[in-house]
Amino acid sequence: MEQLAELVWLVPLFPLLGFITLMFAGRRLGEPMAGWLATAAMGGSFVASVAVFIGLVSLDSEDRFVEVELFDWVVAGDFSVDIGLLADPLSVTMILFITGVATLIHLYSIAYMHGDPNFSKFFVYLNMFAFSMLMLVLGDNLLLTFLGWEGVGACSYFLISFWFKEEANASAGKKAFVTNRVGDFGFMLATFLAFFTFGSIEYGEMFSGEIGSSAATAIALLLFVGAAGKSAQFPLYLWLPDAMAGPTPVSALIHAATMVTSGVYLLARVNPIIHEANQWAPSLIAWVGLFTALFAATIALGQDDIKKVLAYSTVSQLGFMVVAVGTGVYVAALFHMITHAFFKALLFLGSGSVIHGMHEDQDMKNYGGLAKYMPITAGTFLIGWLAIAGIPPFSGFWSKDEILVGIWDNDDVFLNEVLFVLLLGAAALTAIYMTRLVVLTFFGKPRWRDEITGEAWVAADDDQPLPERHPHESPWQMTLPLLALAGLAFAGGFINMPFSWGSGDSKGDTKYLEHWLEPSLVWDEHHVSVSGGVKIILAIVATLCAALAIAWAWRTYNDERGGTGPDAPEILSRGWRYDESVSNFMGGPGRKGFDLLTRFDRTVIDGAVNKVGELVRLDGTLLRRLQTGLVRSYAALIGVGAVALMIYFLVVGNA
Amino acid sequence: MELTPTWYLILAAILFAIGAVGLLVRRNPLVMFMCVELMLNAVNLTFVTFGADLNDIGGEISVFFVLVVAAAEVVVGLAIIVAIMRRRSGATADDLAVLRG
Repeated sequence: MEQLAELVWLVPLFPLLGFITLMFAGRRLGEPMAGWLATAAMGGSFVASVAVFIGLVSLDSEDRFVEVELFDWVVAGDFSVDIGLLADPLSVTMILFITGVATLIHLYSIAYMHGDPNFSKFFVYLNMFAFSMLMLVLGDNLLLTFLGWEGVGACSYFLISFWFKEEANASAGKKAFVTNRVGDFGFMLATFLAFFTFGSIEYGEMFSGEIGSSAATAIALLLFVGAAGKSAQFPLYLWLPDAMAGPTPVSALIHAATMVTSGVYLLARVNPIIHEANQWAPSLIAWVGLFTALFAATIALGQDDIKKVLAYSTVSQLGFMVVAVGTGVYVAALFHMITHAFFKALLFLGSGSVIHGMHEDQDMKNYGGLAKYMPITAGTFLIGWLAIAGIPPFSGFWSKDEILVGIWDNDDVFLNEVLFVLLLGAAALTAIYMTRLVVLTFFGKPRWRDEITGEAWVAADDDQPLPERHPHESPWQMTLPLLALAGLAFAGGFINMPFSWGSGDSKGDTKYLEHWLEPSLVWDEHHVSVSGGVKIILAIVATLCAALAIAWAWRTYNDERGGTGPDAPEILSRGWRYDESVSNFMGGPGRKGFDLLTRFDRTVIDGAVNKVGELVRLDGTLLRRLQTGLVRSYAALIGVGAVALMIYFLVVGNA
Repeated sequence: MELTPTWYLILAAILFAIGAVGLLVRRNPLVMFMCVELMLNAVNLTFVTFGADLNDIGGEISVFFVLVVAAAEVVVGLAIIVAIMRRRSGATADDLAVLRG
């Protein structure tokens, strides 16, 4: 059984093979074969992940570090990097939920992308994304992780602008790519610094190496810059809401469940380094996360586009995870990452199903009363809603509570009580905007109108037959993933419940995830130590907050007369004007600064290079005179040179 | 008068000088080749002389290397001369200045 863990190389291999096959034969396979092949590749990858998991479980917990070195990659002097895969509890947790969710979303996409002229190309990108993501997670050094990091970035770009004929989609892709470059810059600097400090960028050697606290702080913060780009934290979150221009399965897979969590994963991966850093660095990370969580939650309240709400919600939930990382409760961060992957993928796929049923209309103000027409979508969506709102026993409750308890417990974080209260506020806001979404979409009076005729799509009277254009439930390829994800969103929290019993040898508890992840994480005084009573009080407070928020939002937004409730202030729907300000700055004063930099680049940097070239050319014109083309003159020169050398050795050499 | 190594070295020096001067003053590539051969053989003579005088087999061995290299060089050189003769009427070294800088 132990050898099963060595099979870790199979996990990224399947999507890679799928990607290559589809790239060359995708068009010939056509629809829907290309989609089924891609789904099968992901399914194979999931099975391989489960095998690796079984292999790892059968090892003793301290031996759960299986490194598989495939081949040398970059060797230069002291610097050497292998293509090596690392299977440890942390990375295996990631690949399990990545491949699982990805398989479901591939299946969903077969129906969602039905009829698209670039059907097979979509699955090429999707498989390529899965491969890159798995390399990111499994890489055993910073450079390989960076390779996957850039790979997922590129796929994200391809898929956001998948319908590139519309300019908005194309520029959304560019925006995502450029914004991520800012973060990548931090990642690269961190890699250089790590090599400078440890002489190696392999995780194993980095974590066993010596490091001073200032170097650790620098590396941790630079990696956080990278994570802020990929995981959409303030101030680099700008690209994520626009990334919803891509097809909905992409939003679910890349921009909700997997890629955007890679920043959090990276921070969890280097937790020994963050541990060595000065205390203000994790505090800073936590506060940036909190600000993002609150900021994005308020914006989500003002959005009418169903996908935009979910996008800002994702930014906000990523903020929760970053808060957990900054607080040092990595288990809670990963726990929330997993449950979030389940319920947010569910919500996105559900919104895709709704959009599909509403004939590509994304405005919630045109929805209403859909629960009757799309029962499966609505039912699963409600589970996702309760999960994200934090109602027990749905998964989101357990993970969110874990983060809150961790903050309450950790006094090292700057003003942790204030942080706790504010995060509780963000959680309540989450419940409010999600309730608004659910009420406007599935309940209340139908508000759909035909765009051309202005008539209602459905007869107001239930006895009359439905007109041709009306909302409809989606095919089974779409509802099956919804049902599976709904099950996971409901039960996903049971992998790490805070119950314990007994004492001494008979002691037991239900913190399965925590015990499983223990070998990958540095445990110190951050081990949550609050008593059971406090935990229960905190849980009750959190649940009450969520329940009150839901009740208030339900009363406010549920309008049987066909209204949509009070609109949020305009500043919220415009995202606190942050996006506009950045655009204005970059287009105005920022542009001038860049022009200045360009001029500096042209005159000084390029100038230096050009001057060197001119100097060499001048030398050439002088020296070419020697090349007379007369063989005899060359011979004479050789003779003169030989004589000169001889004289030199006779005179100087003997002296 | 005894035949000391000095005489051989003087002979070699004279041969080398003849070769070098010939190489510089003649314009016919074939003659220039012969001059190069003369210089190489002058060097061979010094090798053999020192080899015998110092009782070191290395001198003679070096000569063999020089012979082999000279043979190879002649093959390549003659081939070039033949190729040039085919393309143009004569082969005067000074006219072949295509690679002038």
